[in-house]
Amino acid sequence: MSIIRASRLGFDYIKYNDESEDAEKVKAISDISFEIEKGDFIAVLGHNGSGKSTLAKHINALLVPTSGTMWIDGVNTAEEDELWKVRQKAGMVFQNPDNQIIGTVVDEDVAFGPENLGISTEDIWSRVDEALGKVGMLGFRDRSPNRLSGGQKQRVAIAGVVAMRPECIVLDEPTAMLDPNGRREVLEVIRELNKKEGVTVILITHYMEEVIFADRVFVMDSGEIALEGTPREIFSKVDELKKLRLTVPQVTELAHELRKAGVEIPEGILTIDELVDALCG
Amino acid sequence: MLIELKDVCYTYGDGTVYEVKALDHINLGISEGEFIGLIGHTGSGKSTLIQHLDGLIKPTSGEVLFEGKNIWSEGYDLRSLRTHVGLVFQYPENQLFETDVITDVMFGPKNEGLTPAECEARAAAALRQVGIPEELYKVSPFDLSGGQKRRVAVAGVLAMDPEVLILDEPTAGLDPAGRDELLNQIRHLRDKRGITVVLVSHSMEDVALYANRLIVMDEAKIAFDGPPRKVFARYRELEKMGLAAPEITYIMHALRSRGLRVDTGAITVEEAKRSILMALSNRNSMKDGPL
Amino acid sequence: MGEITLGQYYPTNSILHRLDPRVKFLGTLVYVVSLFLVRGPFGYAFCGAVLLVLIFLSKVPFLYVLRSLKPILFIMIITMAFNVFLTPGTILWRWGFLKITEEGIRMAVKMGIRLVFLVTGSSIMTLTTTPNSLTDGMESLFGFLRIFHVPVHEIAMMMSIALRFIPILTEETDKIRKAQIARGADFETGGFIKRMRAMIPLLVPLFVSAFRRANDLAMAMEARCYHGGSGRTRMKPLRYERRDVVAYAAMAAFLAICIVFSVTGL
Repeated sequence: MSIIRASRLGFDYIKYNDESEDAEKVKAISDISFEIEKGDFIAVLGHNGSGKSTLAKHINALLVPTSGTMWIDGVNTAEEDELWKVRQKAGMVFQNPDNQIIGTVVDEDVAFGPENLGISTEDIWSRVDEALGKVGMLGFRDRSPNRLSGGQKQRVAIAGVVAMRPECIVLDEPTAMLDPNGRREVLEVIRELNKKEGVTVILITHYMEEVIFADRVFVMDSGEIALEGTPREIFSKVDELKKLRLTVPQVTELAHELRKAGVEIPEGILTIDELVDALCG
Repeated sequence: MLIELKDVCYTYGDGTVYEVKALDHINLGISEGEFIGLIGHTGSGKSTLIQHLDGLIKPTSGEVLFEGKNIWSEGYDLRSLRTHVGLVFQYPENQLFETDVITDVMFGPKNEGLTPAECEARAAAALRQVGIPEELYKVSPFDLSGGQKRRVAVAGVLAMDPEVLILDEPTAGLDPAGRDELLNQIRHLRDKRGITVVLVSHSMEDVALYANRLIVMDEAKIAFDGPPRKVFARYRELEKMGLAAPEITYIMHALRSRGLRVDTGAITVEEAKRSILMALSNRNSMKDGPL
Repeated sequence: MGEITLGQYYPTNSILHRLDPRVKFLGTLVYVVSLFLVRGPFGYAFCGAVLLVLIFLSKVPFLYVLRSLKPILFIMIITMAFNVFLTPGTILWRWGFLKITEEGIRMAVKMGIRLVFLVTGSSIMTLTTTPNSLTDGMESLFGFLRIFHVPVHEIAMMMSIALRFIPILTEETDKIRKAQIARGADFETGGFIKRMRAMIPLLVPLFVSAFRRANDLAMAMEARCYHGGSGRTRMKPLRYERRDVVAYAAMAAFLAICIVFSVTGL
């Protein structure tokens, strides 16, 4: 059974205009259907305002669809009685690390989720230790979050979700506010969780380099999934991506340009090694 | 020399236990019309440096000169300095506060003491430069999209008609197209109006494409200062500072090590493409036997 | 930059640091009450001696503790001056309408000592307790108010969130201030009205940001299954140790001695 299933998902919100009294209905996402298997690494691309974040919030039941249905591990997110179950199963990490850390000490923040689940003190401790270990932040457990770097803060936020033992983690542009080193740290942690722990990952991002590791990529545009496929399939469509206000990694772009100039190399080159092999093989 | 830093040091929390040296004997000259890329990992002193250029921070020791005058000398008009040197902070949209877009952009000119008509003309010109259409002038800045807010905030600084424009990671959080649009507009400004630009960035690809001079900060000091090609040629040393070269540099070095005689100094996709095509045609003509 | 040391928590490892925050809170309360119980010189000497012992036990440098008196110095001088000059009684010295009386001096000294002891005593609590554990302690101590429908958990949660966001918002204020100065804003010159108006470009973005952060935080808390205080367990529940019991006993003894001083007037 798939861990996440969306069927003809739609979400409208009402926008009120200051001058005119009439409210305007805005479609944030419309008619989206997909299935995600347990253990998948899914990347979601799309320009600002394409509906990525709205979609992400549906997985965690922070938003409930206005049409269609979303199931997490077989549970309909619209069922209010199941709300906490859904949120425990599908954890969420947000863009700004400062605005999602609640505790004034690292380990107390990681404990926040488990405390809400009402488990015993001993269990909380073991979960916090385990989660901090998985993101490599055990040595910082007594620190104040304010004294950490952006990448470290975001790893604490991930640990806070991991401590709830979710089936899947949705990350909404977790690296957008980080420097390259912070980005690398966070991405490494996410990949580890996916590979070693088998956690299903849905990574929303603007950075094309982060997409290469995904099993599948969704590209969103005006509230719909415009492209879907493996990273290689997606990055073969350089011109289409540019139309969707996105780019490709430099190596892919260079390969694309060389191909256009008549050099015989395959489409959708993703890494430097691939390009070098194609040119010098 | 437009701006000059002479032996500038700056220490945060001077005399306390939390003392941190942010700038350590910085000597730097910025000439008119340069497009400078300023790189360095977080905490290397970049942000402190640019705040010195605008007179927002007073150096602990050393001198900051604008057009040859020490900006911290007695009676120097710092407020007028800020109309010559515009500083766009990181996430500048966080400083928007007015009820509509154009009034917000007029804030800078108003502080200069210009007449309302002049202010409005300046604001409109600045908004045009960043590509904000006229129908948005009367909209609340808080109703704009993230990318639009960012550009309105940049216009707020441009409206002061500065000769030097400093931008601290202006593209952070924008989508790829938004990044390209903003940087192209800035390059256009420099080419057309001769504005001097200092761009702080974490993206080596961006500074490779736009800057004609790179300054690399590391541990409160200037580690490298030179044309991007020359700086990125030392990518091994950059890596030790927690930085990197553009992806292209790595591609070119990898190709070279496999025997393809490409120019390892190429740093943009365009340069790389030209060099690879040339190398490939040389290799093929060798294979075919030119004799 | 960064941390605001609310109540100037002094990080070190002493017996006072390890005490349960509830003990320290109640202890401070007992000490303050005692200061108003004792009347005579021996009583004050006793309270002072206890204070010195506490400072010694806290391992906080003596001068660092005295620094907490700085903000109240001005108030103290004013209060003492009022007492010295305005208390009627046996006149010792007179110049114009100003007169110093014996009772005045006695009163002023008493007030001064009380104030110094009171502030030093309570700052020993804030110096040895993190704001966070103080919040926890208060939540637990005032937990009984829940039966009167006082939202004790919510208030404590608000306090601890405020503690987390104060340094973030302070830094943000500084950033916005600089950004507006870079746009030519002038926060320094002009009269009261002009200065108030000059605050708008600072306050509006600050409020907008605070609201956005609050919104984000609420969402993040919900996403982590927060649904109020009921059914919530704690990672670090407050548990009394042996040392806390000993401290309570010492507190009771102290109070008893002070009552004796109070009754005898020594």
